[in-house]
Amino acid sequence: MSLQSPLGRVRGLGASGNAVHHWWVQRLTSVALVPLGIWLLVSLVALPSLDFVTLVSWIGGTWTASLLSVLILTACWHSRLGVQVIIEDYVHDHGLKMTSLVLSGFIHVLLAALGVFAVLRIAFGSPL
Amino acid sequence: MRERPLSPHWTIYRMSRYSLLSSFANRATGALLSVGLLVLIYWLTSLARGAHAYARAQAVLGSDLARVVYAGLIVAFCYHLVAGIRHLVWDTGRGLEKAQSQRSAWLVITVSVLLAAAVCFWALRAREGV
Repeated sequence: MSLQSPLGRVRGLGASGNAVHHWWVQRLTSVALVPLGIWLLVSLVALPSLDFVTLVSWIGGTWTASLLSVLILTACWHSRLGVQVIIEDYVHDHGLKMTSLVLSGFIHVLLAALGVFAVLRIAFGSPL
Repeated sequence: MRERPLSPHWTIYRMSRYSLLSSFANRATGALLSVGLLVLIYWLTSLARGAHAYARAQAVLGSDLARVVYAGLIVAFCYHLVAGIRHLVWDTGRGLEKAQSQRSAWLVITVSVLLAAAVCFWALRAREGV
């Protein structure tokens, strides 16, 4: 049962309930990104070389392709939430704020799609 | 729309210098890592488009300016990682006392700087002549 009056709800003066979800997903993605981020950094430094053939055969591996895809999706999600908070805190003009939020969302979804598609193409298509 | 109350309000709640600085640094490094995400996706798509596209991208990704960016991203990653773990500890309700959080602020800076220096040193040695 909600104690909020119907008038308060239509005016948008009450909590929408989204904040808890935002908070929770940000924590969840940050926990996942601790091992994933360390794994990517260590792998990139430890690879014998960064030439095309080495990278393509590394990324094409089952584990690398899977972990990289998960990392890209998680990082894009985490980044979207973080950028959202920064925009909400520093952009005060309502119209500009909404435009930036929508644009940031679109860019993050596009980045996630590009990243996962690139990994899958390397893994399946052998672009040699 | 009516003015809503803000919490914690800046007229009654004053953040200490350290917590303000570490909170801002976590945001700034996070924003930098979002840019790093762009670099990662550019790198992956150039690889996916084949050897020629990757060779062309190397002109950007292998430049001296890019190396400076990578060093910056390593520093940002190390700080955001350690500071993020501090946030996760806070979320469990631990370490929130004033003295504890000031101590952990210094711990975060020390550990992340040492970590970043170690990773940069390791990367330089591993990528010698590349």
